[in-house]
Amino acid sequence: MDDLQKTILDYVKREYLEEGDDRELGVKTPLITGGIVDSFSMVSLKRFLEKKYGIKIPDADATPEAFDSVARIALLVEKIAAVRA
Amino acid sequence: MLTETKTQTFRQVYQEEIAGIRAAGLYKEERFIHAAQGAEIEVEFPQGAAPRRVLNLCANNYLGLSSHPEVLAAAHAGLDYRGYGMSSVRFICGTQDIHRELERRLTGFLGTEDTILFSSCLDANGGVFEALFNEKDVLIADRLVHASIVDGMRLCKAMQDTYKHSDMTHLAEKLAEHADKRFRVIVTDGVFSMDGDLARLDAIVALAEKHDALVFVDDSHATGFIGRTGRGTPEHFGVLGKIDLITTTFGKALGGASGGCVSGRRELVEMCRQRARPYLFSNTLASVIVSGTLKVLDIISETTERRDRLESNTRYWRQLLAEARFDVKPGESPIVPVMLYNAKLAQDVARDLFAEGVYVVGFFFPVVAKGQARIRTQLSAAHERAHLERAIDAFVKVGKKYGILGKTKNEIVERYGL
Repeated sequence: MDDLQKTILDYVKREYLEEGDDRELGVKTPLITGGIVDSFSMVSLKRFLEKKYGIKIPDADATPEAFDSVARIALLVEKIAAVRA
Repeated sequence: MLTETKTQTFRQVYQEEIAGIRAAGLYKEERFIHAAQGAEIEVEFPQGAAPRRVLNLCANNYLGLSSHPEVLAAAHAGLDYRGYGMSSVRFICGTQDIHRELERRLTGFLGTEDTILFSSCLDANGGVFEALFNEKDVLIADRLVHASIVDGMRLCKAMQDTYKHSDMTHLAEKLAEHADKRFRVIVTDGVFSMDGDLARLDAIVALAEKHDALVFVDDSHATGFIGRTGRGTPEHFGVLGKIDLITTTFGKALGGASGGCVSGRRELVEMCRQRARPYLFSNTLASVIVSGTLKVLDIISETTERRDRLESNTRYWRQLLAEARFDVKPGESPIVPVMLYNAKLAQDVARDLFAEGVYVVGFFFPVVAKGQARIRTQLSAAHERAHLERAIDAFVKVGKKYGILGKTKNEIVERYGL
């Protein structure tokens, strides 16, 4: 797990797991299809990424598929950051 | 007219989608009721079967007023004197004196400054945010708010955020994070419809005061019976008059027909009258419902006897379930969820209970979180103790069949999976 994945995973755990939720979360754990994050609460994750990495994630890219695991989210962030650079 | 090829194409698309819903076990079957709403009803299920008389434990008829003779008489009078169709939206020629009277009565009952009627609470929730807030503002919602609030928020240009269910620490963090916004609006249900728990309005109001935020509460599952005199969750938590926006429905405790409202600060209500699209572009509430709801307000303002009976029924039902050792979500509202965790188990138990003469419905993902399937039971002031004793006999019989009595979540999950 690289730094980017770790930062995202830490945020997901802090933001979405309820107190006492003992589910093990890894970089490949399904977030949306696994019922951990829903489309309603996904907006805070998108905003966190934009603020943290100084990027703008287009709505067309912020799909449930692209946000379905920490690994996929990290790929998306890297792709957008690379274009910006 | 569509060509034959195009017709076949669209039919195929939707037939496949519907087949997918069925295959996932998410297809909703409607049951036909052959009676007025009440503690016992005649139900045709499956379709084509002879109607059976069953005990109803899944209605929003909390105060048992859906078929109350005085409410029916008032509704009849409304029909006789004001006709069937209103034939207009409010601002053209659809505002009758009784509309304004109902708004005034609701304002008094809810302890607010003004009220505006909508065709439903879904319409109220769909229109209120977009009418009042914009890019300068942020809406911070509990993650378990009703779907109509989620939809209403999505129609609004304000920034959106969420906090963990009833987590005041998380809410405080979010309020601090959005300190730069013009208005921070805390958005919550008063009573959460799936778990039956109450939003901590005393703590929410305290946070709102500390962070200079507005508070929005959908009190649909509370108006009429939560609180000592049924004024809802604000009364229960001692914060009457401190909620900036309340939405509620007439489709549950207040007679159960339809219709809803936004009630709160005068200027906010006035702005809804100017800008809320479901209010501006939909017919005014029918006189039958206005007159019926006015009578409901008479009845529940006169005596708390019905909400007291509902409270007593809720306590008794919870006691019966606990004695039978079902896994029940703790709480104090008349929404009492019996936890089964597994979606198929919830459906099987509901089907077997129907065979035993008790009408309940299994709820599972996506209506509730994955692995949180349950039977949601709902109490009514119309229930007699004998009804609940009959219901618990059926629950125990079915519970024994599936071996779930006295079992913990882990034991149920181990046997049936999530």
